[in-house]
Amino acid sequence: MVLAFDRNGYSNPISQREMQTTKRRFISESEHVVRAQFTTSRPMGIYEPFRQVPMWKNTFENDHILFASTSTIVDVEPNQENKVDVISRASTAPPSSNEQEGNKPLDDKVQRRLAQNREAARKSRLRKKAYVQQLETSRLKLAQIEQELDRARKQGVYLGSTSLSSSHIGNFGTLNSGITTFEMEYGYWVEEQHRQNSELRNALQARVTDVELSMLVESGLNHYYNLFRLKEDAAKSDIFYLMSGIWRTSAERFFLWIGGFRPSELLNVVMPHIEPLSDQQVAKVNTLRQSSQQAEDALTQGIDKLHQTLALSMASDPMSEGGYDCQMASAVEKLEALESFVNQADHLRQQTMRHMSRILTTHQAARALLALGEFFHRLQALSSLWAARPCEPA
Amino acid sequence: MEKVMRLASEKGVVIFSKSSCCLCYAVKILFQELRVNPGVYELDQDPEGREMEKALTRLGCNAPVPAVFIDGKLVGSTNEVMSLHLSGNLIPLLKPYQNLS
Repeated sequence: MVLAFDRNGYSNPISQREMQTTKRRFISESEHVVRAQFTTSRPMGIYEPFRQVPMWKNTFENDHILFASTSTIVDVEPNQENKVDVISRASTAPPSSNEQEGNKPLDDKVQRRLAQNREAARKSRLRKKAYVQQLETSRLKLAQIEQELDRARKQGVYLGSTSLSSSHIGNFGTLNSGITTFEMEYGYWVEEQHRQNSELRNALQARVTDVELSMLVESGLNHYYNLFRLKEDAAKSDIFYLMSGIWRTSAERFFLWIGGFRPSELLNVVMPHIEPLSDQQVAKVNTLRQSSQQAEDALTQGIDKLHQTLALSMASDPMSEGGYDCQMASAVEKLEALESFVNQADHLRQQTMRHMSRILTTHQAARALLALGEFFHRLQALSSLWAARPCEPA
Repeated sequence: MEKVMRLASEKGVVIFSKSSCCLCYAVKILFQELRVNPGVYELDQDPEGREMEKALTRLGCNAPVPAVFIDGKLVGSTNEVMSLHLSGNLIPLLKPYQNLS
């Protein structure tokens, strides 16, 4: 509850707008207060540090006027005994007749109020100090971030899903519309994934019919297949972007294998949640896992070979490679193979999911999808927590 | 085309490849893992390589290499091989040609 005190010390709860007008009236009556820019459109209320910036800025510029107490209206708690006087006064102002209310003798009430004023002024000074310190730290942090951005821009990194806000940083470095589109669509994809997961969780708890469940499973699977389609397009725009995993959160990136998760690893994530399985199912899942691992191994070795041959080629003297242009042309050809590898890896992911959905019952498939979604969600949460860790002083 | 079909029938499992193609290498590794020794023809080392590439494309391969033939019949490229393997249908096809471990 917010209270305002009039000159006679009577308090009444007033509306926000009233407070604004009241405040301005008091300000104008005091000759030594620096007029700050007040925007009537913003609601007043609890102490809002950012609103005070203009005033403090003015203060620094006009350094002969020290605005010691703020004209903030403090949120008063109902049980507070000592109600703070919200009328602002400039402490360096000599007592004017206005503030003294004529020639009334200083009685206890006024004394008390002056003391409260001093207290309010002191608290305000402390708040201001804390805020300025905060500003300083933020300024340093901003400079750091700008440096990082500069560095990253030079490396051609798309600063999408880092801890920085993705949607506003679209025009840095090499602008690639295919990638910008992907980032945006991936953002929507993640949101939709969370929504679908919640729906699935609720459906399982509510024990809906298998028919309803199978529809949710179908949507869930298709949603993943959509992601693979998005990635296929992104691969055409910038394969390195996709392979870097920068579009995913940091913890997810830790599990990166050729542009995404390993299918066999995802099978392991899901297993505890789909038991009990029939013997036939167990056999099929084991075969699937083994086939997937073999396919993953083959692709991994293929990429390793690509590393080797590219390194060899780049390390050689251009003359031995038929000249610089020839060397570069063959290297470019090698890099073009990366797109195929990522597509194959995604193909593997899709096939694994498809086969699992056929091996499992509807209910098992629903539990599997839920487990998968929650696994990704937790990794994303982990990434945020990790990023928010307090930095140890150097 | 005849050369392709002739070579494809010479062995139970045949892979048309290019020595510089790393995806082809991946497929070769997979067959190795499955204990199969396919006949491998590197098109970039064959004087008629170009024509053979065209022939393979005409047969329906998106990428001319790798092109896998089993029992003289075209199975497909990496995609098809991987799909077959995950569905558990590749090993039965390879059974007659698997080496004893």
